[in-house]
Amino acid sequence: MASFWDAYLWPGVVVVAQCLAIIVPLLIAVAYLTLFERKVMAAMMLRRGPNVVGAFGLLQPFADGLKFLVKETVIPSGANKVVFIIAPMLTFVLAMIAWAVIPVSAGVVLSDINVGVLYLFAISSLGVYGIIMAGWASNSRYAFLGALRSSAQMVSYEVSMGFVIITVLLCVGSLNMTKIVEAQHGLWFAIPLLPMFVVFFISTLAETNRHPFDLPEAESELVAGYHVEYSAFAFALFMLGEYANMILMCAFTTILFLGGWLPPLDIAPFNWIPGFIWFLIKIVILLFVFVWVRATLPRYRYDQLMRIGWKLFLPLSLLWVVLTAGAIVAFGWYPTAS
Amino acid sequence: MVIQQIAFYLFSFVAIASAFMVIAARNPVHSVLFLILTFFNAAGLFVLLGAEFLAMILVIVYVGAVAVLFLFVVMMLDINFTELRHGFLQYLPVGAAVGIVLMIELLFVLGTWITAPEAKLGGESPISATATNTHALGQILYTDYVYLFQGAGILLLVAMIGAIVLTLRSREGVRRQSASEQTGRRRADAIEIKKVAPGQGI
Amino acid sequence: MAFLDRAARSLFLTEILSGMGVTFRYMFKKKPTLNYPFEKGPLSPRFRGEHALRRYPNGEERCIACKLCEAICPAQAITIEAEPRADGSRRTTRYDIDMVKCIYCGLCQEACPVDAIVEGPNFEYATETRAELLYNKDRLLANGDRWEREIAVNLAADAPYR
Repeated sequence: MASFWDAYLWPGVVVVAQCLAIIVPLLIAVAYLTLFERKVMAAMMLRRGPNVVGAFGLLQPFADGLKFLVKETVIPSGANKVVFIIAPMLTFVLAMIAWAVIPVSAGVVLSDINVGVLYLFAISSLGVYGIIMAGWASNSRYAFLGALRSSAQMVSYEVSMGFVIITVLLCVGSLNMTKIVEAQHGLWFAIPLLPMFVVFFISTLAETNRHPFDLPEAESELVAGYHVEYSAFAFALFMLGEYANMILMCAFTTILFLGGWLPPLDIAPFNWIPGFIWFLIKIVILLFVFVWVRATLPRYRYDQLMRIGWKLFLPLSLLWVVLTAGAIVAFGWYPTAS
Repeated sequence: MVIQQIAFYLFSFVAIASAFMVIAARNPVHSVLFLILTFFNAAGLFVLLGAEFLAMILVIVYVGAVAVLFLFVVMMLDINFTELRHGFLQYLPVGAAVGIVLMIELLFVLGTWITAPEAKLGGESPISATATNTHALGQILYTDYVYLFQGAGILLLVAMIGAIVLTLRSREGVRRQSASEQTGRRRADAIEIKKVAPGQGI
Repeated sequence: MAFLDRAARSLFLTEILSGMGVTFRYMFKKKPTLNYPFEKGPLSPRFRGEHALRRYPNGEERCIACKLCEAICPAQAITIEAEPRADGSRRTTRYDIDMVKCIYCGLCQEACPVDAIVEGPNFEYATETRAELLYNKDRLLANGDRWEREIAVNLAADAPYR
């Protein structure tokens, strides 16, 4: 009995506790991200934003969540019920499990696997299924159009994202997230690989269906796109998944280009602050840019979106892969991480 | 070890069951979704074998890209599948023949393991355990098999170009947008300010 | 040179960046928003809000049941029935306004010869049921009693322009 406890039960309890330690703060962060977005957008549009529920509207996310919980879940009679219900769950679960490989600080990571980048890339490429299943199962034209747009968009931008990741990996020599961050001691990759940083950031906007690439849910033409038929908690799961994905992509960008938990300069006042605070600061800055872009730019037309993905980003990132690899071979700057 | 055993049987059972459902499902979209589930479980089996690089690549390439296109095509095409199933039985002999050939091949592979046990050892761990998966695969692909690898790449490229050539057609009189021309337009190119004296015209 | 200039502009996303600069500056501007339930904007004396039936200072109701308002109402929202009262004066027995039909054009108060029906400054009378918006005479008189002070001030302010 004791051996069973030691071998299975106790590690299981530890793993569950670790998962909760990631998921609970993440969900709270998602809740406050919605408030943050509304406040920042409001400020940029000379409005006040939510300010009635709680001081400065701080309880607004919980009021919204409560409302989602008590509303009725409507399943359209023409919908494919099983797929319709699985789709939001899939979106939410995928947004959560991707966090398993994100190193929050030196050594603070749920699972430090060797192919961390590939795992994250695989999970983010699966995100399209939640949307495509939702759009198809809703049996509605708007939802279906949204799903088609979303799948084409995500597949296109994944290609250039992959090449950008390859340039970073060329400079690191490892697929391990922790090693990627450690390779950026002294110089963050955002500086030597600035064009790739910009391409990657714009691709993450497209990957998370954010403005100006929010064609799958374009509220002015497709009403709400793929989640037009969803209500109550199923809709809440979509929202949670979407915002969790935003945070995830910002964390990914931080790790690849902004040096993860490393302080900007390794000198006295900066390295007093613990690593995960730096990590959080960088994520919040990137999230602010997400919201800032949303408040500034109008939506792209669909063919323009495809043009940017295939005709600009793909050649640019491919060129940069070749340049980076060439520079590494020519000057003998082989990475030492692996 | 018990957990690994449980995981193995879980993955393989779900893989086989969903592979069966791919051909048994009435709705083609369900078939594709079951296919995705099969890919997933195959990736899980790869992870259990310690080939995590292959597992991730399987998920990225097959689930993330190829199956999305499958799903795309199946959703877009409005095929009457009940009609398609009409002549189902007349293809049964051909299908059965292919199945039997595959079955015999599998039996041969398993038979080698019994008749020549040393063959199994060679298949189990072809690489040193110290290097990571990714490293080991790269080492083999880009040294021993570099020409074959590049050849496969060129084959795919040719196939892609072929597909583009087959579908590309240039039509006359199509007005296309030139985005770079539009964004490159400056104020100076577009407007001209003239002082017009009253009653004079331009 | 022009080509280089154009290429550099689009490559460095100058226009997107300048646009983002504009939104960033606007973030720190003063917000014109009124914090509505706690702050309210100014109302013109001519504001046409919720209806009210006024009384004379001695408590006698002004309405003489001439039915001009009923006749002029373009939405036909007003219904009036009248009978002579015991003291011989002509008064309404029924004065209903269907606030759901009303388009707040203000013709009733223009038509009224005795300033009895007026549209007051109140605009916060949302109800939970539709039936509550079918006002009868009691409700309108109660409105008049409640808003008399504001209505009198507004009428006085607007009087020089009539």
